[in-house]
This record gives sequence, structure tokens and C-alpha cells, in this order.
Amino acid sequence: MTRWKVCVDKKVCISSAMCVAIAPGRFVLDKQQQSGPVEAEIDPDEEVRDAAASCPSEAISLVDADTGQPVDLD
Amino acid sequence: MTVDSSPVKFTPARPGQPGPDVRTIGGGRPVFRAELPDGRIVWLVSGYENVREMLIDQRFSRALAVAPGRAQPGFEMSAAGSISGMDPPGHTRLRKLVASAFTVRRVEALRPRVASIVDQLIDAMAGEPQPTDLVAGFSLPLPAQVICEMLGVPAADLGQFHAWSDTIIGDWQRDADEIMTAVVELYGYFGTLIEIKRAQPVDDLISALIAARDNTDRLSEHELTAMCCALLIAGHETTANHINLSLLLLLDHPGQVATLRADPKLIPGAVEELLRCTRLGGLPPARVTSEDVRLGGVTIPAGELVIPLYSTANRDRSVFTDPDRLDVTRAAASHLAFGAGVHHCLGAQLARVELQEAFRGLIGRLPGLRLAVPGSDLEYKPGMAIHSLRALPVRWDEP
Repeated sequence: MTRWKVCVDKKVCISSAMCVAIAPGRFVLDKQQQSGPVEAEIDPDEEVRDAAASCPSEAISLVDADTGQPVDLD
Repeated sequence: MTVDSSPVKFTPARPGQPGPDVRTIGGGRPVFRAELPDGRIVWLVSGYENVREMLIDQRFSRALAVAPGRAQPGFEMSAAGSISGMDPPGHTRLRKLVASAFTVRRVEALRPRVASIVDQLIDAMAGEPQPTDLVAGFSLPLPAQVICEMLGVPAADLGQFHAWSDTIIGDWQRDADEIMTAVVELYGYFGTLIEIKRAQPVDDLISALIAARDNTDRLSEHELTAMCCALLIAGHETTANHINLSLLLLLDHPGQVATLRADPKLIPGAVEELLRCTRLGGLPPARVTSEDVRLGGVTIPAGELVIPLYSTANRDRSVFTDPDRLDVTRAAASHLAFGAGVHHCLGAQLARVELQEAFRGLIGRLPGLRLAVPGSDLEYKPGMAIHSLRALPVRWDEP
């Protein structure tokens, strides 16, 4: 079973909270209102894929844990 | 169980005037029931944490708020089937189609074009006798030109758009039939433009959306038309008036203008502070609870209208020190002027770039910029959606 690694680049996160709203329970905001994944490695999840595709600052990266290849966001 | 007394009367702030003090009007409660001037009973949500929590909670539904029988005249009536009036997952499907065109990276690539439009508009104003109307000469044409180029809408059609846009979002007291006529005409315009571009696609956003519909069936024909209308209207009226209102605020603080002129690197930060301090409209779009929701110490029952008061979030003293003071050197970027959650302003980055370039131009190239009439003479278009100035006559020092 494929697993995804989820990363949020806090240097580019603009605190839109888009991901927290699209994929509840998968992302959490820190004190500076910046997002991070609740779990760094997850089973494939369409809501997380949607969150990555919708992020206005493209701060969320999804990578196949086995191959290291970026997950297709479409 | 809901413990609440009868609703308090609540009249949104008029343009250019301070709003009611929500810290006292709600009787000290951050989330409270209120009666609006039009008779609607709503829940108002104040304070940074409550507003933010509400905006990211999907149980506060936009789709329910614009459903037939619930929608307010004007903007709300045109919102059904457009991204501003939908919930996930339908909203996510549509938002993904346009999100890539408005990312930080893509919009940053547009910055040189935005800067060049700013320069052209200022050149044109500088060639005319003063005073000049900044609305007609600068604040409206700048974002209108940018969104028209992105969408692929002929700039020659802009005048017609402004008429429709004014009817739809400007005056909510207007006859509902008149508003619907404008909505139908605007949809009709885009229906025709979509057919033209369908036959002859070019490198613009409308052609890309047509391809998403025709090649992969990712949106309906109605959603395609509604998206074009939403992008065009949201893409210029907001930014135009944010330029106006921010400038009015800045002109009341000449020391801060001098600070920015001395160090233009402060302008991006100043834009965030101006977004925090400026009240762009009357009441933000409402949500309706899809089930009982606990927020700010009370339970809001299912099926109630709920309105987040962004201005109270942006002036929450637990987040912003001395919040009523304009300070262009403040770290203000965590404001909620663009909302949050799934409806976080799609054009936020574009607005930021437009505002940054606009103020670089206005402050850098028009020294001594000032109002040419008393502030009390300024007139706003009637309505509640956006504080839209009819005209903003200005002067500056000739070189």
C-alpha cells in the first residue's frame, strides 16, 4: 500500500487556513497561524490531495513515501 | 441549549465612519443574536479566534445561505452555483480549476505588467489638469485592466461591466427585478464570449476553463459562466475600493506617508496593515449552520444565519497591540481581511501585488498627494456590499 509524506513549507505558508478547512483533522495551525500536517506520513487521501492542489501559496508538498516522486495533484 | 436574550439592534458601519463597538453592543458576549436594519435575525461572530474558527468549520455553510428563499437580493442571488456560494466538495472541484492561476508564484510573474499599468495610469493623470478623479483615472482601471487581461475580456467592454457590477453589488435596496436583469445580462454577455473563445481558444483563463469543461467535464456550462462573472466582479470592485479607502486612511496619517516615501521597502508591510485597518464593506457574506454548532461559549442552532465580523477580528487586542492605531511598520499579515478557510479570497495574492504596486506609484510619483475636496463631501454609492466611492478628487505637487 502506497503511503504519502506530507510537508508544509512554513516559509511560504500565508495562513489562508484553506487546508485546515478542506481536510479537517489532517492539518493544524500553530501559534503563528501557520499550517503543518497532523501526521507526516498518511495513507492516500483525496481531501489532502485537494488541500495541496488548492493551497494559494503552493506550500503543501505530497510525496510518494516509497518512490520519493511527487503525488499528482490533479 | 441556547441561553440568549432577545436580539440586539445592529446597524453596520456607514462608509468612512467607525462601526458600532461590538465589544459592548453584544453585552460582552462575542457571539450574539442581532436584528439587522432589514429585519433579518442573525448571529454575529466577533473576535479573532471565533471568526477564524467559524471560517474553517464546514458546518457554517455558504450553499445554505444562498439557497432559494434565503438569498438576499443582489450579490447573493448571483452567488448560487458560483464558488462564493458553494461548499466542499463541489466548491473544491471548482476552486482547484482556478487556484493555479492565482498562486503566489503565478501572480508574482504578473507584477511587472501590473507595475507598467500603474505607471501608464499615473502618466495619463499627470498630463491632465488637476484636480483629478482617482477612481476614474487610477483605482478602478488598474484592477479592471488586470483582471480583463487575465480572463481575456476585451477592455472596451469595461464600461458595460461597471454598470452591471454596480447594480449587482452596489445597491441592495434596489428593486430585485432590476438586479436579476443585470445578472441575466452579465451571464448573457459571458455566454456569448465563451462561445467565441470556444471556437477560437487563446492563452487566457476563460479559454482554460472552457477546456476544463469540454475536455474533462470538470464543470457545468452554468458553473463556467458563473465562474467568469464571479472572477470579473470580485476581481476589480474590491481592489479598486480598497485602494480608495486605504489612501483615505493614509492621508489622515501624513507621518506614515513620509515613512513610506523614505523607505519604499516598507510598502508590502504597509499594505497588510491597511488591509487590517480598512473596512471594505458593510456586512460580510452570511453562512447558515448545517447543524447545532458550539462557538464562543454559545450553541448556535441548525439553520441560523451567521455573519463573521472581520473588522472585530482585525482589531482584536489579544492579537494586535493597540489595534485602533494605524502603524505601517507593524507585523500585520495575520489579519483576516481576506477571510480564511475554503473561501479565503482567491484573488488575495493578486490584490496584494496590485495594492503594493499602486501605493509604490501613488506615494513615489505623486508627492504631496492630497484630497481636493473636504472628506465629508465624498459620496459613496448606496448599498451594503462594498463601500464604493463615486469619485475621489485629488491634487498633488507639480514637479
